[in-house]
Order: sequence, then structure tokens, then C-alpha cells
Amino acid sequence: MKLKRILAGTAAAVIAVTAFSGCGKGSSSSGDSSTGRDPSGAETPEQGKVLNIYCWNTEFQERFEKFYVPNADKSVYDGVKINWIQTTNEGNLYQTKLDEALKNQQTAVADDKIDIFLVEMDYAAKYVNSDVAVPLADLGITSDDLKNQYEYTKQTFTNPDGKQVATTWQATPGLYMYRADIAEEVLGTSDPDKVQEQISDLDKFTEVAAKMKEKGYYMVSGYDDMYRLFSNNVSAPWVTGNKITIDDQIARWIELTKEYSDKGYNHATSLWDDQWSADMKKDANVFGYFFSTWGIAFSLRDATVDQKIKDDGSNAKEGNGLYGQWRACPGPVSYSWGGTGIVACQGTDNEALIKDIMLKLTCDTEIMKSMTADETVQDYTNNKEAIKLLIDEGYTNPFLGGQNHLALLTEAAEKLDMSNKLSAYDQGLNEKLQSNMKLYFNGQKTYEEALKLFYSDIKSLYPNLTH
Amino acid sequence: MKKRKSISYAKWGYIFLIPFFLVYAVFSFYPLISTFATSFMDITIDQGFISFSGAEEINNGFCGLRNYTEVFTGEIGRSFYNTAVMWLMGFVPQIIISLLLAAWFTDLRLRIKAQGFFKALIYLPNILMASAVSYLFYGLFSQGGGIWTIIKDLTGYEGVLLDSAWGARGIVALINFLLWYGNTTILLMAAIMGVDTSLYESAQIDGANSRHMFWKITMPLIRPILLYVLITSLIGGIQMYDVPTLLANSNGYPGQSLLTLVMQIQNRKDASPGLAAAICIVIFIVTAILGGIIFLATSDRSDRRFKKKSKNAAREAV
Repeated sequence: MKLKRILAGTAAAVIAVTAFSGCGKGSSSSGDSSTGRDPSGAETPEQGKVLNIYCWNTEFQERFEKFYVPNADKSVYDGVKINWIQTTNEGNLYQTKLDEALKNQQTAVADDKIDIFLVEMDYAAKYVNSDVAVPLADLGITSDDLKNQYEYTKQTFTNPDGKQVATTWQATPGLYMYRADIAEEVLGTSDPDKVQEQISDLDKFTEVAAKMKEKGYYMVSGYDDMYRLFSNNVSAPWVTGNKITIDDQIARWIELTKEYSDKGYNHATSLWDDQWSADMKKDANVFGYFFSTWGIAFSLRDATVDQKIKDDGSNAKEGNGLYGQWRACPGPVSYSWGGTGIVACQGTDNEALIKDIMLKLTCDTEIMKSMTADETVQDYTNNKEAIKLLIDEGYTNPFLGGQNHLALLTEAAEKLDMSNKLSAYDQGLNEKLQSNMKLYFNGQKTYEEALKLFYSDIKSLYPNLTH
Repeated sequence: MKKRKSISYAKWGYIFLIPFFLVYAVFSFYPLISTFATSFMDITIDQGFISFSGAEEINNGFCGLRNYTEVFTGEIGRSFYNTAVMWLMGFVPQIIISLLLAAWFTDLRLRIKAQGFFKALIYLPNILMASAVSYLFYGLFSQGGGIWTIIKDLTGYEGVLLDSAWGARGIVALINFLLWYGNTTILLMAAIMGVDTSLYESAQIDGANSRHMFWKITMPLIRPILLYVLITSLIGGIQMYDVPTLLANSNGYPGQSLLTLVMQIQNRKDASPGLAAAICIVIFIVTAILGGIIFLATSDRSDRRFKKKSKNAAREAV
């Protein structure tokens, strides 16, 4: 009898605990922050003690911890708890999660409010043109602070009122990165300038692809590899008004990729798939990849080596897989890929801290110089002065066999212009187009069938769009 | 002396039930009613626009049964087919294997050794998270994955099963089968062990072989449990979501052939809530009907029959 009562008691306690565990978490975390150190600095206004950052991967977090934390202005940073809220980008999940939080922004308690959120180029327009973003000028960031940034990044993040609302630490001009050993064998040279001569436009690029095919190599790994070359050179954005237009450039991508797939110039993989990464290995047969600089540290460097690169970088040298065997050249078309904007959200109570983060991570020449030079980051930072200093100091990249690819990128970055190319719907449209066109490329569906599936996917995602 | 009123404890029963009804009203009943109301509305929300004043919402108000006609036609109609096909492909092998295993494990003459070990082993996959298994299978079957390499080495076929509609559906069915056959086996074993062993003994004396006994004794007597297994699996099947989503992305790659009903809800809930609500209501009605069938089938039939009989008897007596 007694045992029964004890059992029932424990069961009830367990249920009660689980039922309230959700609330418990919230209150305990706010408890933590209130017992944290007082933000000092009498001149700064009262600041929040929790900084909520919405993001879709750990890229920004890594840069934050490595480059911001050691350089932080202690008077605003100390005692603030950084809260990373990460949701995957795929399938618009990040946007959905962020939008839900934004809807609650005005009613949420101060510590639950979004302070910073990140936006990718593919949907930057949606948030830049909205009243949710705090203009940089309101944070106290002047145009003089931003003078070293590339014009195209500033333009992308400027709202219709002419106010810049986001800032980024990287410019993302694209390159073609290829394997020196294969270039030597097939083209007779691995010198970036001479290779560039042979692939300087798309027709030449395709000719080289045919040569590669003869020797048993693939020019690119997957169907989507060349997508950005075309989607970044469209004459009008995906959506104007409410109408979807398939630009001539996109049509050209479909046509060319179909040709490459039929002739076996690509390895029929999909972006980010295991096989796509495995194709970067030494024993694979893929000549090159289209990447922006972030691609080296984010993907290529780790996928191409045989031994995992150690934290101290001691085995990051030639002989470890294809380390040092890659070269970069501008490729057939100038393009850009990616780029992450840091946005301060209206309603934040951490303006001073956000201003400090933005200044340190996107404007400070010294910090940005070290970011580009860092072996594990290698971002082409959005600071012309920092890049110029590095080039003057005789920068070389050991991963690219001692090549100075920054000079190439500087040239490419100057040419970039993203005006009238981005719409708020790009992510969904790009993703669904690539997914459905794959069926056309691998021969399962005709072009018309694949296109119909694409429009059908879009109708469920963006029902307000027409075509 | 006035007789003291008896103390009623009944009210405490109601008082202790209040929390349940409160929670039910707030978290289940109200959403149900509001979903029902939304399902008759024509609402479109622009996903390319965000503002503190709310996303750009075009509310055309009441639209009658238009959302429901859309549910049964076109793309969403195809999702009914996808869901049903993937459920059937998983359920048919599942019930056959489970019946076979249950019959073997309970057979008095076979006396399988280490039964406990095998029972635990076949039940084990059920403990795994469906999403974890899906990720694993995605890796195994995608280009360059383990099983892809085995298939390529054995047959020379270089295609990717996940890229073909029936291959991908087959993999979804396989995962559902692996996760659930153990659970079904345990249920069926319990049902078979509930059958009176004297029936088998007398059948043996009358010269019945094991096939006879299975079809003439076991099957008729476990029918209610079989029905229960069927319908709970149907209810689970109509809510299929995580496995196909993880294998085929939210758009049911390839070519929407893995797009199930619940995936349609998830895809549309932010942009066309009316339509998503209509799908929810349809699933709710189907599930309610299936639940009703279980209730009728498993409520004590002999009891009902007895009541009927006594009623008839009473009538005759009059």
C-alpha cells in the first residue's frame, strides 16, 4: 500500500517536472544573466544582458569568437550572455523561424528579443526593405567607418530610403579553383594566367571540358556548380511585381548544364552532397570548382586532404591530400556567391554592443586583415585597405601553392554589381529550380515537366507569385 | 435528531479533472475550432515581405468549400496517393513478417531458444528516432554512400535509388517497416498467447496440422488485435512526415513523388493557412472515422450481444 503511494507520488512529481520544464529553462537562464556581472561604464546607457543572435550556421559564430571576443570593448561586452539561435537555411526554415520571432518582437520581454539577425544575399532584400532593421546611422556608424567597404555590398544592404541597414565582413567575388596536377597533364601548364587564357569565356571553357573528358576527367562536379555564374548576371531579378521571369541567363544555365550532363562533362552530383565533397579528393576525377574565397576554408580545404587538418595546422602542408595543389583563376564569367549581412533588429536593447561588433568585425582594418590571413577563415574581407595592405606585404596562400589570389579577387570584386538582380524570393526559387531541373539533367523528365514541377513547388511556397 | 447529511466526495473528482479540461480547451479544443474556421477562408501571405505590422496578408474572406475541393484535386490530391502507396508498401510486408514471427515465437512445438534475446532484437529498431534512421539511410543510399557502392559493384547500376520515384518510395517504406515490425510482432504475440491453449491441444488430438490451427484457430481469435494494428498503422501512415522529408527535402524530391499530406501542411501553413487548415481537417475526419472503427470493434462485443439478447428476451416475456 505504502509502496503504491510512493510510486504514485513519484509519477506525479515526474509529470509535474516535465510539464513545467519548458518554463523552468526560460526562468533559469534569465536568472543566470541577472546574477551576472553588472555592465559597467557609467557613460553608456542601460544595456540588455542577453544578446540573441539568429543565424543558420556556425560561420559567424566562429568569426565572432575568434576575432570579436579578444578585441571586444570590455565596457559593453562584459557580463552579456551571447545566445545563438541556429536554424538551417534549407527549405526556407531559417526565414520561417526568424519571421515568427519578428512577429513577437514587440511583445517579447527584453531578454527574449532578437538583437542581431543574419541575412544571406538570396533573401537580404526581404529584410533590408523592411521596418525590422535598424539603420546603421541610428547605431552611430558613420559612412566614414564604412569607407573601405565594397560599394556593391553597401548597395545590397541599402533600403529604399537610402539608408544602409546591414553590413558584412566579406566580399564574395567568385573564382574557378582547379587542380594543378590535372592542368599540367591535360593543358600542359598549371600557371593560373595561362590556364585562365584557355578558359576565359564559356565557349573556351566547354572546349577544355571536352579535353578533360577525353582524359577521363570531369570539368565540374555537379549540376549546380555553374549556377551562380549565370544567376549573378541576370538582366532582371527573379521576381518583378508578382511575376516570376526565367531570365535568359537562367535559361542558358539550364541549356549548358544539360549539354554538360549529356556529354559527361560533370559528375552528376548535387551541391553539398557527400559525393560532391568527395570529388575534391586526390583520387577523384574532377578538375575544378567554382567557389568564392569562403569556399576554401568552409569546404575545399577540409574535403581535399587525406588527414584531417589539426587545430595547430601542423599538417596543413603539401603532401597531405591535395593541399597546395589547387590554383585559382577568375574563370569564364565574373560572378559572386554568398555573403552574409549582419542586421540589428528594431527593439534591441544592446545598441552599443551591436555597434561595437559591427565596427570591429566589418570595419576594423587590423582585425579584417588577420581574418583574411587566418588559415582557417581566409575570407576575402570587405575592406579594401586591409586587402591592399596584405598584398603589399607580399601575401601568398599556401593552400593555393603560394599563389596570391587576393590580387585576382580585388580585380573581380571591383567589377561586381548586384543592383537590380536580387529579389526577396531568391532562396526558394534557386533551391526549387535546382532541385527540379536535376530531373531534367538526369533524363527523368522533360524540360517542360521539370518546369511544371518547379512552378508547382513555388505555388505552395509563394502562392502570391504568378508566372 | 436530524440525520446528518452524507458527505459526498464526488466533487473532488471533478475538481481534480479541471486542469485536464483547461489544458484541453486551450491547447486542443480552441485550435481545433479555429482551424475549422480558417479552413473556409481564402488567405495568402506574402513570404517575401516582413514588417512589424505583420506579413503582407491578403485575406479574401470566406470562400466556401474551395479549399476542400483543392485538397482533393491536383497536387494535394496526388499527396493522398503518395501517402497511401508508401504506407501500403511498408504495411503489407510488415504484417506478413510480424504474423510469421509471432506464430513461430508462440508455437508450442517449435520451442525457439533464446526467445527473449530475439524479441528484444526485433523490437530494438522501434526505439530509434525516425529522423536519425532517415539520415543514416540517406547517407547509405545517396551517391557515394555504402549501399550505393555495393549496388554499383554487384550490378554495375550507377543510378541513385533516391533519385527515382519508386526507389525513394521503397526506401521510405523500408524504414517504416524496419521501425515498426518489432512493435507489431510483440502486439500479435500477446494476442496469440491470449488464445486458450486447450483449443490447440484438442485440435491436435483431432489431427489438425499447424497450418490448420493457424488459419482456423489463431487468425479468427486475434482478429480484433489485427484490426487494431491495421488501424493504428493507418493513422500513423496518414501522418507520415519525418522520414520522407529528411530523405527527399520539403518538396518531395524527385518530382513531388514523396510529398505526403502532412508535408503539404508544413509547406503551405505559412503562405496559405486556409488551405493548410483544410488538409488538417480532412486528416482529422479520416482519423476520427478510423478511431471510431477501433472503438466499435474492440469494445466488448459479447457484452453488447448479451444486452441485446436480454432486451429481446424481456420483450418476448412481455
